[in-house]
This record gives sequence, structure tokens and C-alpha cells, in this order.
Amino acid sequence: MYTIESGNVAAALGVKLAGAQVIAAYPITPQTPLTEKLSEFIESREMDAQYIPVESEHSALAVCIAASTAGARAFTATSANGLLYMHEQIHWAAGARLPLVMCVVNRGVGAPWTVWNDHQDSISQRDTGWIQMYVCDHQQIVDTVIKAFRLAEAVSIPVMVCYDGYLLSHTYMPFDIPDQKSVDGFLSPYRPEYALDPDKPANFNTVTLPDVRADIHGRMSHGYMEVRYLLQEDMRKAIDVAGDIEKRFKQIFGRGGEPYVESYRCEDAEFIAVSMGSLAYQLRDVVDMLRDEGYKVGIAAIRLYRPFPDQAIAKTLEKAKGVIVFEKALSYGYQGPLCADIQSALYAQSNGRKKRPSVYPYILGLGGREIKTGDLINAVRRVCTETSTDTPDTLGWIGLKI
Amino acid sequence: MHAKTNIFNLPETEFVHPGNRACAGCGLGIAYRIGLKALGKDTILVVPPSCLTVLQGLYPIAATKLPCLNVTFASAAAAATGVIGALQAFGREGINVVAWAGDGGTSDIGLQALSGAAERESNFIYICYDNEAYMNTGVQRSGTTPCGALTATTPIKGKLQKKKDVPAIMAAHHISYVASCSAAYPIDLYDKIKKATGMTGTKYIHIHTPCPPGWGFDPRYTIKMGKLAVESGLYDLYEIECDQFRLTDASEKLLKKKKLRDVDKYFKSQGRFKIMTDDQISAIREDIHRKWEAYWG
Ligand SMILES: Cc1ncc(C[n+]2csc(CCOP(=O)(O)OP(=O)(O)O)c2C)c(N)n1
Ligand code: SF4
Ligand SMILES: [Mg+2]
Repeated sequence: MYTIESGNVAAALGVKLAGAQVIAAYPITPQTPLTEKLSEFIESREMDAQYIPVESEHSALAVCIAASTAGARAFTATSANGLLYMHEQIHWAAGARLPLVMCVVNRGVGAPWTVWNDHQDSISQRDTGWIQMYVCDHQQIVDTVIKAFRLAEAVSIPVMVCYDGYLLSHTYMPFDIPDQKSVDGFLSPYRPEYALDPDKPANFNTVTLPDVRADIHGRMSHGYMEVRYLLQEDMRKAIDVAGDIEKRFKQIFGRGGEPYVESYRCEDAEFIAVSMGSLAYQLRDVVDMLRDEGYKVGIAAIRLYRPFPDQAIAKTLEKAKGVIVFEKALSYGYQGPLCADIQSALYAQSNGRKKRPSVYPYILGLGGREIKTGDLINAVRRVCTETSTDTPDTLGWIGLKI
Repeated sequence: MHAKTNIFNLPETEFVHPGNRACAGCGLGIAYRIGLKALGKDTILVVPPSCLTVLQGLYPIAATKLPCLNVTFASAAAAATGVIGALQAFGREGINVVAWAGDGGTSDIGLQALSGAAERESNFIYICYDNEAYMNTGVQRSGTTPCGALTATTPIKGKLQKKKDVPAIMAAHHISYVASCSAAYPIDLYDKIKKATGMTGTKYIHIHTPCPPGWGFDPRYTIKMGKLAVESGLYDLYEIECDQFRLTDASEKLLKKKKLRDVDKYFKSQGRFKIMTDDQISAIREDIHRKWEAYWG
């Protein structure tokens, strides 16, 4: 069924369709309408779930961690400082291997205060052991939330579904609401292997030693390092699992099919722009206009950021002469984290034999700074006409007024 | 009403395995063993980092025969709410959800989550065992460390501020049940926890748990220290039900006896109070008497 709704409502519909059983959240702009919608669904009995109006984001994730350990499908959502306030719990949820899903409605972080969009909040949680998916429009929000539950439960790793504050959360767009029956066919009920249960007592997240240790029967059990090694292994495996889930979703719903990189006019492109979130769709206009001018350009939207689908990304980009990375986040003192990841993916792929594309890093849109299509066109055109073949390493800033 | 609980009719089932990592004479060890008997098999525990985490054992060995979720320091009460949410989602009833935390995890870093859970009237029992410092990290001051006590972060002058009254804070939430008990009075402790299992809403139980290494006394005197605190009127056993305060057990007896032991002995028998002056002790003695004059009416 088609509807015209906001991105936050699209997310809420995804959570409802996925049958989340326990939801806990704390209000923060621009996530607030999402959790308001969920509490409305639950209070009006349109949705059968427990809504727990906690007193902080730290507690929101505590509720989800505990509910998930007890065997329930759990969901939360936040933005910016709310996400940062959860930080300890974010690591905890991944270490405990809980299949939570959290929407991160991307917003810049303080100080100074900003309520507007960039990606610093979720990017700063990159190394917590969560899967991170970025979406470009409302259809992808609702679909990705549903896919995220399936992926999280398949690999026992929590998933963040990241979408741009205001640009997606508060804008209205038409999208198709998947029907409940098809979703039920796609996503079976959550049945964890282990759960808190007085009939099967077990101690969860116990202090774990540096070395392996025998249990009372003499069987060896993992030490901390084995537990963490398995998280890394399963994260890497999650790349293929996400691919399989995407295929299955496409079979049922007839949409999607590009779980890692969503490419637009990249096949013969000499220069490829790369970005995440709604900016990737804005860049499609840039690509069309520059194609009209005769430049062979394309745009690749990174959809899965962690685990990083390095091979798929390198395959998309390796034939290009230049790659232009547009990022709304920084690893202060170096460059944009996505840019560094892309460079390392290209480095590994070329293995010293082939010539690698030059990579041009750009920072833009921090704290909601307007991203003008004209500025993007100029930036891409400049790269296309540049004669030097050295890898440029100076960070370009777009829209900076200093 | 069941027959009066005594040492002979306490349930024989043990939920704490013999041999655990608590120190000799640990007051928490006593309270935990008796408390779990009162809670029984159908219980899910939530535990933040504390001496209890250590008592529980190191992976893959556990000292408790009940399901237990270890959580982050500030989140015990919120996590308990999450367990309840899941049980409600499954329509599962008759399980006690119990957060069991130290005084630091309760009165300091965990207070916000606890207050939130209590205000939401979450249906769980929160047990705070009060050894009056951060013992797990090596005896640093906490919000419930009493005035005068030496700790690793009040090493020279002792703590200068008063002990935070956490049960009073919880009572101000008008929750179903607030109780104060002591490891030195296990029957009173058992009865209060048992009573809490039969109530809905938030139940808060505060347990005074003497700690030999943290307080500086010989492990054989754990019960004696707990009793001295109660008999000298410093730490009271009571319960608050429907906002009604009532002294219990040994404290109730003091109400009738109208006579307290001198608190001097309590302070003089613990290393942590060794720098307390007679003036400081006199000031506390006066506070105690003022409080008890009000009880006596
Ligand atoms: C966020 C966080 N800060 C600090 C710590 C370190 N820490 C672990 S246990 C503890 C003290 C616990 O004190 P209390 O709750 O009184 O329990 P006790 O050890 O006395 O039994 C501290 C400070 C931690 N684990 N997490
Ligand atoms: S330090 Fe104190 S509370 Fe901790 S285990 Fe030892 S005696 Fe018990
Ligand atoms: Mg303590």
C-alpha cells in the first residue's frame, strides 16, 4: 500500500511490521516523532508490544539489552548526544551478541549545540561491533528496518539503521508499506538459542579471563579474546548474510538488491562520487548534469558501512580514474573515516599491480550546512578536469565560509 | 500468614553454590544466601559490577544457580525493567525480577536509573547491599560511606559528609515497599524479601552488609558489627508500606526497651574509624538520640 509520510513514520511502520516486542526510547530531536509514533501504535493497540518510557538513553539501551537477553525482539532509536550517552551500552550490546535494531536519525554532535544533520554521531560509533546500514530515502527506511531485524537475528549482532535527520526524518515522500503477511513470511519470530529463564539458569556476561578456562567438567571455554575474535569473524560473515537477505527480500517485495553499494551510472564512469545517506540521491542530479556536459561520472552510495564490504566497493570503484568522497563526518586530526576506508579497500584490492584511482576527500554539510548542488557540480567537474595524476591528499571543504 | 520464620524452618534449598569468591566473613555472602532462599527458583537476577559480580564467579563457572544477567554499572534498574518488559511480552507470570546491586551502583551511578524505574512503578525488587564504599575497586568512598570513615579516597581526614539516606529517597517515590535490613538479622531479612515477592510495583530493600577488609575488623565479627550498628540505634531495621513506617525485629525491640547501646563501641572496633575524635563520635551520638527520641515520641 502506498502512502505519503515522513521518514520517521516510515521507520515506525517498519518496526511495527517487524513485530518488535519491547521498545524503549528517550526523546531527542530529530528522532522524537519516531518514538512518539511507536508509543501511539502501542497505546492504541495497533501494535502489541511493551513501550518503556525510560529516563535516559543509557537506560533505553539497558532495557533493550535485558529484554533481548530474555528472548524478546527489542528496538530503540536515538540521535546525536543520545547516541553518545548510550556509548557504553552500545559496546555492551555487541559484546553480548544481542540482535537489537536501533534507528539512528543522524544529527551533528555538541559542542556547540546543533540539531541539524551530519553523520558524526553514528560514525563515531563505528568501532563498537554494530552493523551499520545507511539509507537514501523513505522506502529504504521502512525496508531496511525490516531487513535489519532479520540480519541481526541471523548473525547475533545488533544493527544500526542510519538515516538523515530532517532531510529524511521530517520530509514527506511516497513509499510502499510492505504488507504484514509478506513481512511475516520474510521475518520469522525471534527464537534465541539462550535466554534468561529460571528453568534453564545461566549467567550472562560473566567476568571472562584473559586466557581460556575449563568448566567444572574439564571442557575448555573461551577467554575474552576468543569471544571478541568470534565477533570479528561473524561480522565479516555478515557481509554475505546481508547479501542473501537482500536477495530474499527482493524475491518477496520486488525491490532492493544492492545491499552494499547502490551505483548510479557507474558502469563506464571515469570519475565516481561516493557518499552515504540522502546526499547520494542529491548527487544523482549532479551526475546527470555532468553527463549532459560530456563527463563520464557516476555515484556510488555506500549502504553497508560496517562490516565494510570492501570487495564490492573496490569492484565498483577500481576502474575509475578518480573517486570523490563526500563525507559529513571527520576523524579529527586526519580525514573523513569513509575516505580512509575507501582508500584502504582500493589499496588491498589493487595489490600493487594495477593503478589505483586517485581519491579526492571532501567534507561538507557539518551541522546541517546547506549542500548546494552547484557546489557539488563544481567539485566533481574540477576533479574531472584536473590534469595531475598524483593522489591528492588535501581535504577539500565544500560550503565553508571562513 | 505463614508460621514465624526461624532458623529451623528456612528453606533448605541453596541457590548459592558452596565455595565462592567472596572474602571470609563477607556480609554480602550471608545476605545473598538467605535472600536467594526467600526469592526461590523462579527468579531472574540482574547484577551490575560490584563484589557480587566477583562472588558470582569467573566464566565459565558460576556461583549462583539462578539465571543472572550482568549489566553495566549504571543500568541495573533499567535492565530489570527490560526483563520485565520481555516477560510481559511473553505473558509469563510468577517470576521475580530482582536487581541486586552495591551501594555505589545504587546510591551514586545507578540512582538515576533506579529513580526512573521506581517512578514508572516497574514491577521488580531492587536490593542494595550496603558495605558503605566501593569495595570491588579497593574501598573508595561512596554516597553511603558514613561520616568519619577512612577510605582510599578519604585517606587522611576520613569522609567529611554524611551518609546518603537511600531508603528515604526511595520512600519519596511512594513505591509499594521499602525495607531496611541487615546481614546480622537474617530472619528479618528473609521475611522482608519474602514479603516483597508477594507485592506488585517497585520494592526497594536496603541491606547493611559489614565488610571485614573494607571496614577493618576480623572476619569472625561480621554479625557482631551488624548487631552493634542496630543495637546502638545507628542503623535501623524498618519497613515502609503504603507510606507507613514501622520498625522491625531488633529495632522494634529497642522501641520497647527505650535504651540504646553506646555507639562508641561500634566506632572503636573498626579500623576505618580509627581517626575519629571523641567530639565527632559525640556529635553522631546526639544525632542518634535525636532520631530515637522522635521514634519514642
Ligand atoms: C561506568 C563504570 N565506572 C566505573 C566502574 C568501576 N567499578 C566497578 S565496581 C565499582 C564499585 C562498586 O561499588 P559498589 O556498588 O558499592 O559495590 P561493592 O564493590 O562495594 O560491592 C566501580 C567503581 C565500572 N565498572 N563502570
Ligand atoms: S570486599 Fe567486603 S563486600 Fe567485597 S567480598 Fe570482601 S567482604 Fe564481601
Ligand atoms: Mg559498596
